[in-house]
Amino acid sequence: MSSTKPNRPAAPPALPEPARAAAIKAIRLRHPGRIAFATILVLFFVVFILDAAARPAFDWPSVGQYVFDQRISMAAFVTLQLTVYSMVIAIVLGVILAVMRLSPNPVVKSLAWFYLWVFRGTPVYVQLVFWGLISIIYQNISIGIPFTEPWLVFETDAVLSTFALAVIGLALNEAAYMAEIVRAGLLSVDTGQEEAATALGMSWSQTMRRIIIPQSMRVVIPPTGNEVISMLKTTSLVTAVPFSFDLYTRSRDISAETFNVIPMLIVASIWYLFFTSILMVGQYFLEKRFARGVGDRRPDRKADGLTGAATGAVTGLIPTIGGGQATVVRPPAPPASPDDATRPTDGGVR
Amino acid sequence: MTDATNQTGRGGASVAGANAVPMVLAEMVSKSFGSNEVLKSISLEVKRGEVMCLVGPSGSGKSTFLRCINHLEVVSAGRLSVDGDLVGYREANGKLYELAPREAARQRRDIGMVFQRFNLFPHMTALGNIMEAPQRVKGLPKAQVEKTARELLARVGLADRADYYPAHLSGGQQQRVAIARALAMEPKLMLFDEPTSALDPELVGEVLDVMQGLAASGMTMIVVTHEMGFAREVADSLVFMDAGVVVESGHPDEVLSNPQHARTQAFLSKVL
Repeated sequence: MSSTKPNRPAAPPALPEPARAAAIKAIRLRHPGRIAFATILVLFFVVFILDAAARPAFDWPSVGQYVFDQRISMAAFVTLQLTVYSMVIAIVLGVILAVMRLSPNPVVKSLAWFYLWVFRGTPVYVQLVFWGLISIIYQNISIGIPFTEPWLVFETDAVLSTFALAVIGLALNEAAYMAEIVRAGLLSVDTGQEEAATALGMSWSQTMRRIIIPQSMRVVIPPTGNEVISMLKTTSLVTAVPFSFDLYTRSRDISAETFNVIPMLIVASIWYLFFTSILMVGQYFLEKRFARGVGDRRPDRKADGLTGAATGAVTGLIPTIGGGQATVVRPPAPPASPDDATRPTDGGVR
Repeated sequence: MTDATNQTGRGGASVAGANAVPMVLAEMVSKSFGSNEVLKSISLEVKRGEVMCLVGPSGSGKSTFLRCINHLEVVSAGRLSVDGDLVGYREANGKLYELAPREAARQRRDIGMVFQRFNLFPHMTALGNIMEAPQRVKGLPKAQVEKTARELLARVGLADRADYYPAHLSGGQQQRVAIARALAMEPKLMLFDEPTSALDPELVGEVLDVMQGLAASGMTMIVVTHEMGFAREVADSLVFMDAGVVVESGHPDEVLSNPQHARTQAFLSKVL
């Protein structure tokens, strides 16, 4: 395209290699305080573990007996279901509420604000008790046009199980928090992104789905991971509904029979920790996925010098950019930097 | 300010294919943000195939005017039309009706825009950035879109950077991808909002080269720029704006070498 521009120089001559001084060899600074403190911490930890292992109150044989008890593993599964269902509903509702709060329509905005005010302003335990009493407040659920003969009428008790009420209670409370997280994420995306999408003729919903929301994910995912883990543990409150098949309530019920409370608490804790660990791994991969374009991964680094020269034929100026940087700033084959070693999956890229 | 409504677009008269309907026609266009009037009765005309450079000090309303053309900003007074169609409004029985978002989007897809800060989508590769709008907005099949996108990348000299994310491209390369992205929608008009102002001096040339090639291919372009060399070499007409009014306009050679207005002389003495 620009081959008609002879006044711009072609590839500049390679710079001469400068003389280099020898690498610095120095005696490492020692940190005796650090070593001493670390030793004390490790000692305390080891003593605590050894002591706990021998302490009769923990009753480790019972822990081993109940940790894979079918009632417990079923309850663990129910807890997981409560967490997943209520989080999915909460995230969807949260996105809707966040978009509502950013709407130019004052009525829509106020409504979303009111929802947040109520559901963030009251304890989730109280809300769950309310949901448990829903069938006393609203005996029937009617579907139809208000003030006319309804098309369908249900008895509240018949259609909403305590499990469903627990999910609704948890989800509606969580949605208020998710709305704020999502809103912060949406606001974190540069306004130029929306402008660029609009200028390309993309509609508002396309801009949201394709441009804004994917970019806001980077900001949204870490706190959402927190919320999922928090939700996993909040499910222990569903006994307020009352729903009694979750992990904590079930383990309390068993200990009520065996009069051995502490090992059952440990059993429940082991399951909670197990799920939390899995969720943390999942969060790591989600964050990685939505870090596309901002991480340090490149399709190929070593080819810079070569490709720069190839494109130079087209624009005439490229060699100063591609080739120049590759030779001056970066050595052709960069040695693995220390932080690369901590990211095992990056190794495959290069 | 008596010459605020100077006749413009003289340079475009020589452009082949220029006919009755101008690509952009602004008639006494004003724009206010609250009580702050940013554009004061701008009248100018850009013919088909013409390249117009808008120059002037910061805050003179150049960028705002550019953003009005594709309805990113709403005009407060006057008439602004692109290719004969009123921007942002529909006229019937002597009344103006605001366009629905869908119709406004339809207008915009024919107008390419290149931003000072590139505004590439950072979560998509260079290729993905270019393919996004033709695929989602026009609904064209992926294979066809990808073929065109790769051709466009080659055209801006970045064929080998298709799979790079914007963060891994230099400023000049990002801006060239942004130009390719705008071209992928096959616009009839290209708007450039200070396309080289955010670039290192060394990278300015590569972007200007691409723009020059585009101008040579007959694209109608309005370029807000501080690159007077580019304006002199490529533009058919040059408009000097200050404080929201068109102070002076004409062929770049005339305006740059023989500015009539004292304000233009003062500005050019600093930038040339």
